[in-house]
Amino acid sequence: MEHVVFYFFAGVSVIAALTVVFQSTAIYGVLSLIVCFGAMAVLFFQLGAHFLAAIQVIVYAGAIMVLFLFVTMLLDPESERFPSNRLVKTTILALPVAAFLALLLLQALAESWPTLDVGQEQTGRIETIAAYLFRDYLLPFEITSILVLAAIVGAVVLVKRSD
Amino acid sequence: MPYNFENGFWVLILFPLLGAAVNGLMGKRFPAGMVALIACFMSGLSFLVAFGTFLQFSNLPGESRVLSKHLFTWIESGNFVASFGLLLDPLSMVMILIITGVGFLIHVYSTRYMREHPGFYRYFAYLNLFIFMMSVLALADNYLMMFIGWEGVGLCSYLLIGYYFDRKSAGDAAKKAFIVNRVGDAGFILGVLLIFRTFQSVEFIPVFEQVVRRFPEAEASFGILSAIALLLFVGAIGKSAQIPLYVWLPDAMEGPTPVSALIHAATMVTAGVYLTARSAALYSRTPEVLALVASIGAITALFAALIATVQTDIKRVLAYSTVSQLGYMFIAVGVGAFGAGIFHLFTHAFFKALLFLGAGSVILALHHEQNLFKMGGLRRYLPITSLTMWIGTLAISGIPPFAGFFSKDEILAKAYESPLGSPLLWALGLVAAGLTAFYMFRLMFLTFHGRGHHEKHPPREDSNSVSIPLLFLALFSLIAGWIGLPPYLGINRFEHFLEPSFRYQYQHGASETAHTSELLLASVTILAAVLGIAVSYLLYVRKPGTSGKLASRFPSVYRILERKFYVDEIYDFLVVHPLYRLAVRTLWRTIDVRLIDGTVNGTGSFFQAWGHLLKRIQAGYARIYASWVLWGALLVILYCYFSLA
Amino acid sequence: MVPITHYLMLSAILFALGALGVLINRNIISMFMCVELMLNAVNLAFIAFSRFLNQVDGQIFVFFVMIVAAAEAAVGLALIVLFFRDKSTLDVDQANSLKW
Repeated sequence: MEHVVFYFFAGVSVIAALTVVFQSTAIYGVLSLIVCFGAMAVLFFQLGAHFLAAIQVIVYAGAIMVLFLFVTMLLDPESERFPSNRLVKTTILALPVAAFLALLLLQALAESWPTLDVGQEQTGRIETIAAYLFRDYLLPFEITSILVLAAIVGAVVLVKRSD
Repeated sequence: MPYNFENGFWVLILFPLLGAAVNGLMGKRFPAGMVALIACFMSGLSFLVAFGTFLQFSNLPGESRVLSKHLFTWIESGNFVASFGLLLDPLSMVMILIITGVGFLIHVYSTRYMREHPGFYRYFAYLNLFIFMMSVLALADNYLMMFIGWEGVGLCSYLLIGYYFDRKSAGDAAKKAFIVNRVGDAGFILGVLLIFRTFQSVEFIPVFEQVVRRFPEAEASFGILSAIALLLFVGAIGKSAQIPLYVWLPDAMEGPTPVSALIHAATMVTAGVYLTARSAALYSRTPEVLALVASIGAITALFAALIATVQTDIKRVLAYSTVSQLGYMFIAVGVGAFGAGIFHLFTHAFFKALLFLGAGSVILALHHEQNLFKMGGLRRYLPITSLTMWIGTLAISGIPPFAGFFSKDEILAKAYESPLGSPLLWALGLVAAGLTAFYMFRLMFLTFHGRGHHEKHPPREDSNSVSIPLLFLALFSLIAGWIGLPPYLGINRFEHFLEPSFRYQYQHGASETAHTSELLLASVTILAAVLGIAVSYLLYVRKPGTSGKLASRFPSVYRILERKFYVDEIYDFLVVHPLYRLAVRTLWRTIDVRLIDGTVNGTGSFFQAWGHLLKRIQAGYARIYASWVLWGALLVILYCYFSLA
Repeated sequence: MVPITHYLMLSAILFALGALGVLINRNIISMFMCVELMLNAVNLAFIAFSRFLNQVDGQIFVFFVMIVAAAEAAVGLALIVLFFRDKSTLDVDQANSLKW
């Protein structure tokens, strides 16, 4: 059962990712990415990270991707068709990526890794996360609040029309 | 006395510096009158302080006539200390009076002479700076500070010779003066270093005291003192235009005439004599070097006088005359008669400045005509100039009772009777004295007598600012000698006054001679002068064509004299040309262009080539940059993989 | 039980796809989305290891990555809007004035 769930959602996420990469219209890319994130949320859940799975759906797929969607709609890229890249350069540029991937796969298959330990499903519970977040990682957590604030102010300042 | 000059005399060096600063920095915006006023006022004030100091100074008892003023410590390094201090003793007092007095008169004269020239303020700024530097030279209490003044006057001389910088000849003359002086200055500074090495000090009085203690007797053979004296003398040769470094002074006449009068006749060129006299403690203990000094002085005196007899440019005659008279001063110091040398320096400052200023007045009246043979008959048009220049001529020719007679007579007498002197020196000096009278009278006859061609545009005497300095200088040319009477006439007050300055001197035996023989010597001197005058009268007044006939009779002699013994050509061939070739071929075309420029340019083009190659990476495309980032990440991962595995 | 290798391979595949997308897409929004994809691939690896090592820290890091991603999205999208206003295009190759 676990294998079925994993392979199904892994397949969904890969297909969605492929669509994101090779789409010709940005709006399809945004929608595919939401699908991809949803599939990954399931995998997070399967790995016991319940809280993060929820966050993935609410914040990522919900908030951030909606922002993308808005911007995409706002800028109306329909008027602009990008011919999928036919530059010879891009092929050369993509080579390291392929090599990178090949290397990692090779590495992953060459070693025999132990299977995941089951039974430690408590790690992903909200109270565990909260305990860490507000005790051990309190300072970084507070600093991220400043980061977010700065991002908000920055976005407003940037986009605001001066005239 | 409202002001105590004993402690405050040092302010006299500040006024000209202030004037130079004001005129040099802001003079461009001032009207010409104000520039002249500032410059004259500053040098006049300086003279007033000097004169006031002199009045108080001469009231002091003889042995306390050495005032020193430490202003600040200039360099202090280990046991080496060079202070910025002034030393006022009779010797520097005389120098200061000449510098500021003649300097002030020449400032006044310049206000008229330089009126039409552009860069009026520049001229006066340099002139004031010169007065400052010369005062520093004269008042320094150590060799190093003297060297500052020494270099400073050299700089001012360079700037003023090249004052008409739009004329190539002026620029060349300035460079020549500067470069030839460098040769001498190298000797000077080496001498100073040797002094420090030997005595651990560069200050006059401590050095001289050590000299007296460590060298009670004169050096029998060439030793350390001789080396020092010789090196200092190299500096003196350069500055005072003696053989073999005299060549710059005649060319220096490219500068404005008042500059020739002040710097290249009255003050700066006598610095070498002053240096030698100042170092009397050293020189009097090195008879070998003194012999060299006297010989060079005598040869220069004769040599320059010979050249002067055929020059046609009024200023060049005077320039060679200056070289010749400086030779006299070196004869004097060379026979150990330092006081006599300074006495001649003192009288010469007046009559040579007078002659130069008179020549300037003539040149001005004739609209910058300097050729003697195009003058003539100017007596009627320029009465004051004529009168004053005649006084100067009589003075330089050594006719009593004019100033030059007393100093020249004393030098010749000392050259004969001093234990260091010899009849040969005396004879050389005597011939030079006759020649001096000859060429000076030649100059005067050609300029003021005979027939001129000035009826169309009658030249006329210029304003008071020209004639007043002439009259003052003429007065001094007449009376200045009377303070140094020879023993058969009275007391030599001048030498007596100077005595405290030469108290460290080593006395070479007594030089007592009977009055009768001194009188005889003096008569011979006068006779030589009269003979020169007579020949001159014969050649240029009685039979005006004779000189030309003589010249065509002995063409080779005339040519050699006219071309100044080919000294310039010889120097050109021996020194200038090889150096020039070395500079152009080896240093410039090979080392500089190929090696140095090649290295610099090669470095540049090396990086340029690499830049051309590498700039392709920075194409401006974000995606290409991203691929480089990924390539980098890939390399890191590969490294980790293989190093861990 | 699914071996950790499989999670890691999935993470690698998604990361590589994201990187490929960054390189071959000319649309600046698409590029940006591919960057988000890469971030998520890394998140997956973090969580897999967190589970494997039985430690919560990996999940905390994922939490921080998400916060940074949110901030980045806000600023990045603002920049995209500015870029579009300036160039009237979303073609990233038009942003090439910063070069030799």
